[in-house]
Amino acid sequence: MFKEQRFSNFIFNLRGSLVVAEKDARIYYLKPPVIIFGILFPVFFFLAFSLGRQVQTHILVPALVSMTLFFTSSSVGPLVTPWERGARTYERLLSTPVSLFAILLGDVLAGLVFGIVISFAPLLIGIIFFHTSILHSAIFLVGMVLSSLCFSSLGVLLSSPATEAPSQVMMLSALIRFPLIFISGIFIPLENLPSWGKAVSSVSPLTYSADLIRYSLYGLEFYPVFLNIIALLAFSIAFFTFAVKLHRKNLIKAL
Amino acid sequence: MMEKKEVAVKVHGLTKYYGDFLAVDNVSFEVIKGEIFGFLGPNGAGKTTTIRIVTGILLPDKGKVEVSGIDTLKNPIAAKKIMGVVPEVCNVYVDLSARDNIMLMGKMYAVKRREREERAKELLQKFDLWERKEEKTRRFSRGMKQRLILAMCLIHQPEVLFLDEPTSGLDVKSSRMIRDILQELRSKGKTIFLTTHNIDEANILCDRVAIINKGRIVASDSPEQLKGAFQKTQSVEVSFNVTFADVNWMESIPEVNRCQRLGDKFKLYTQNPDALIKKLGEHAMKNNLHFTSLNTLGPSLEDVFLKLTEERETTDV
Repeated sequence: MFKEQRFSNFIFNLRGSLVVAEKDARIYYLKPPVIIFGILFPVFFFLAFSLGRQVQTHILVPALVSMTLFFTSSSVGPLVTPWERGARTYERLLSTPVSLFAILLGDVLAGLVFGIVISFAPLLIGIIFFHTSILHSAIFLVGMVLSSLCFSSLGVLLSSPATEAPSQVMMLSALIRFPLIFISGIFIPLENLPSWGKAVSSVSPLTYSADLIRYSLYGLEFYPVFLNIIALLAFSIAFFTFAVKLHRKNLIKAL
Repeated sequence: MMEKKEVAVKVHGLTKYYGDFLAVDNVSFEVIKGEIFGFLGPNGAGKTTTIRIVTGILLPDKGKVEVSGIDTLKNPIAAKKIMGVVPEVCNVYVDLSARDNIMLMGKMYAVKRREREERAKELLQKFDLWERKEEKTRRFSRGMKQRLILAMCLIHQPEVLFLDEPTSGLDVKSSRMIRDILQELRSKGKTIFLTTHNIDEANILCDRVAIINKGRIVASDSPEQLKGAFQKTQSVEVSFNVTFADVNWMESIPEVNRCQRLGDKFKLYTQNPDALIKKLGEHAMKNNLHFTSLNTLGPSLEDVFLKLTEERETTDV
């Protein structure tokens, strides 16, 4: 009986996560400015780094795809909870028969799907302008999903401070996300980095994402594929676990 | 033989600290199935914290809560499925239409699609929102939003409703509509737990009330029983054909405990209405005053509330 109850709750929560993801998509993601910003920002950022420099295609395209994944998957997630708090819809959501874990999982799912869909745009740029082809489609898919999961979980972690002012979270988000790009060395092959650069880049999930996507498109990798997958999984679990703990801890202050 | 009443909500020894501050202090009460139970208290008394714990949003430091026999701490999901909740700080999704807001809540409670659509239609019509069902709620008035919030909390046909200040700050039409619907829900056997600081509302709606002050329950009974226990706070409401700038003469009557001006009337609190009316009559004769109105009043629920909350404050000092 107890097992049945637990299973029923699990299904109910899973369903709740999907409803939350759908709600997030409709209310926060599927807005023209969000979609346009999601595509344009990584492209401009990419151009700023690559124009006038001799960067090879096998570095450029994976960098652009992984950076788009990074920016899009983690762009809206940090703002969803502060927006909900500010709009006074957060407590209503908490009173439904869906756990906080499932609500946050729903937020992650929304970011994950948004990140994957938008990241097909830079992939198309690679295919059309740089004659890129997908060499290992299964690894490519795994790379896209795991990278997006990891970055989306980071986004939800960044939404945990007990504030209803999105500007505060934006600042925190910029403080964390931009340094991650710079230390990832996504525009410089990891093998060309000095040893301290390699060590620093290993703390960024973006490093493993770019390396995995590079392998799936060009068959080139620095870390073994399984290590990239394990690293992305570990970062995802760590980010989400911390996100749930911090959201729970800040619940009273946030109401 | 007395009929055994079924308990819908059972709260025992609820205690909650915010840091060192004791917000809810060993609160216990029971809500009988099919009644409207009012939870009254001044601002900061612990009403919202209690309702948040009872509805599974917050965890208590101590205590136990059962809703329809389900332990909300051990199985919050099952308990929440049979509850309908309107939190105090609550809003609709302003980027969604009225219908989509209701449908969203239906999905959260796993109501089947066809039922969801039928009930959404029924609720939108009942709450007088059908004409604007496809409109985004951004431009809705506060009253319309509150009606929609109540409709959202009814989509899954909950057994027990928890409403935190449901009519606070609303226009007369919306307040009355919500009260009428609450009475209708009670007649259909739903249990309603209502927090309010609107004493009149509690007096009209509630079968029983509990008064909470500084985190503790100071009284719990039916409104009439509570009033009966405070017969000392009877009053005489009087108005004359002239208005007075100086009311010292009324306050100086020995039978008057307190004098309160209410527009062109005066409410004189007394333990002896008979003697007070005689004194007022003598004064009116002597000064050639005419009574415009004269009423004796029993203690109101507001009097009881004030008395109880004041007494507690005095005790604390």
